[in-house]
Amino acid sequence: MNKKKKKGFLYHVNKDKAMLLMALPGTLWLIFFFYIPVAGNVVAFKDFKFVEDGGFWGSISQSAWVGFDNFKFLFSSSNAYIITRNTLLYNITFIVVGLIMAVSIAVIVSQLRSKRMIKIYQTSMLLPYFLSWVIISYFVYAFLSPDKGLVNSIITGQGGTAISWYSDPTYWPFILVFLGIWKGVGYSSVIYFAAIMGIEPAFYEAAEIDGASKWQQIRHVTLPHLVPLITILTIMGVGGIFKADFGLFYQIPRNAGALYNVTSVLDTYIYNGLATSGDIGMTTAAGLYQSVVGCILVVITNLIVRRFDEESALF
Amino acid sequence: MNSQENTTAIKNKNKNKKKKINQVNYKGFGKKTNFFFNILIGLFAISCVFPFIFIIILSFTDETAMVVNGYQLIPETWSLDGYRYLAQMGDQILQALFVTVFVTVVGTLINTTLTSFYAYAISRKDFRFRKFFTMFALVTMLFSAGLVPGYIVMTSLLGLKDTIWALILPMAMSPFNIIVMRTFFIRSVPNSIIESARIDGASEFRTFWKIVLPLAVPGIATISLFAAIGFWNDWFNALLYIQSDNLMPLQYVLMQIQSNIEFMIENAGMSSMVGGATGIPREATRMAMVVISTLPIALSYPFFQKYFISGLTIGGVKE
Repeated sequence: MNKKKKKGFLYHVNKDKAMLLMALPGTLWLIFFFYIPVAGNVVAFKDFKFVEDGGFWGSISQSAWVGFDNFKFLFSSSNAYIITRNTLLYNITFIVVGLIMAVSIAVIVSQLRSKRMIKIYQTSMLLPYFLSWVIISYFVYAFLSPDKGLVNSIITGQGGTAISWYSDPTYWPFILVFLGIWKGVGYSSVIYFAAIMGIEPAFYEAAEIDGASKWQQIRHVTLPHLVPLITILTIMGVGGIFKADFGLFYQIPRNAGALYNVTSVLDTYIYNGLATSGDIGMTTAAGLYQSVVGCILVVITNLIVRRFDEESALF
Repeated sequence: MNSQENTTAIKNKNKNKKKKINQVNYKGFGKKTNFFFNILIGLFAISCVFPFIFIIILSFTDETAMVVNGYQLIPETWSLDGYRYLAQMGDQILQALFVTVFVTVVGTLINTTLTSFYAYAISRKDFRFRKFFTMFALVTMLFSAGLVPGYIVMTSLLGLKDTIWALILPMAMSPFNIIVMRTFFIRSVPNSIIESARIDGASEFRTFWKIVLPLAVPGIATISLFAAIGFWNDWFNALLYIQSDNLMPLQYVLMQIQSNIEFMIENAGMSSMVGGATGIPREATRMAMVVISTLPIALSYPFFQKYFISGLTIGGVKE
């Protein structure tokens, strides 16, 4: 009986060599594109300089330690507050509005009478999801271009004054929220739709016999069945609350400086830092701040969910 | 007699009731509500497709009409000049298209292989190190390495800056898809089949190719479609790592020309021929390029839609 325990590590390596071999390429990828970069976050605590012939390890080891100076510098500027605020507010809005929209659309579409129309609607709503933000920024520009755009020609056509969209920050929170939802909601509503289709028809038949109205059926049959999925997707959303969709915030406002106050988020700040200022240490510090807070948020949300309903928790 | 009547009456009543329940469509609105919601959802659906149609119209608009009237839904003068000019500057566009197609094909192959190999290994209950490798991949979903360290590793450790691999390797595996595929393997490939293949003397790789893969086709189709779309749409890695003109994918070229059309003129070597920017259909050409890079996706995804949808429902992180 104890024989199994006695077999050593090498025995199992040999026995499972086929599986180990299959996991090997993926493992290498994870090491080079995840684990080494994670370790590379030490430059957040360094005054990083590229050393000419030092290569990767040389540059890192020869840069001087500066402790938390990079973080101090990051948080002493007003940028840290603005980008954190923007990232959080946008993402909270995306999670809440996105969830309400996706579930409503899924419930409504599932109740429509014509199967063919359902298919047509879903296919249309999925289109933005499969397009890149570069393409969508062209779409937006066709509407919002200050001199040629459709919206401004409608405004001026009615006697109003044209709005210079790309230098007036007033409307951007709405534009960005609308686009973020618009691009993603087709996809998430399809996920919910699939879940609704999986509900046993017997539940609805029983509700029907009990005289439940359509609204009552939705409230007491459909929605409770969606709770596990809603929970998982929301945990994932909360986990990503510190991560902004770089394409949305970089491509759509065309990186216009006049809009930074409302369009600048952690990801665009980090990219612009890397591309223009070249302050590697501070930019890495901003990235590390993002990852650490994000990680803490996933773990906490998951703990809370697990306390209420172990089945719905992510891990 | 009386009782007989009674029973038939009850029977009839039951029959009616049953019929009634069967008739009521338990999924479906009443006629008026149905109409109202059709309009509502229909409007949103149109808003999703309309911008693309608008861009197509613009790509067929005459340049002078566009300068004078702005972007119009129904242009004053139609024109094919946008596409004609694209055909003239062919080399640059073809090169970008080639880069995009190459990256998409090679990238999708690598991505699907790495992901499904890894996922299969951790789906096997008898794999001793299953837990370790599962955690090894799951950690990536909790924590992210960050842009800058990734950039330093790519450029100074791997030396891949300004190579085609910079467009492929960063996206060569998707940890999330590993979990999706693992769940798919567990659900759709019964252990007993693998067991019996082993008893028949098949090697692990043979079992994988001949038995597991055919069963996993829907899952593999899903992750490869997602990967293909990701590679086709990627401009971010080009933005970070690519400097040479001949390595720029379509999306990145589009990004460049959105701010300066001069980029196109210089690169196509057209400036000397036409003497400056005059006479070149700038706007229409841009829009034509947008149409060309969107069309493959817009035309293909409706046919693969069911895979995308089935891929979502097979997910789930837990066993």
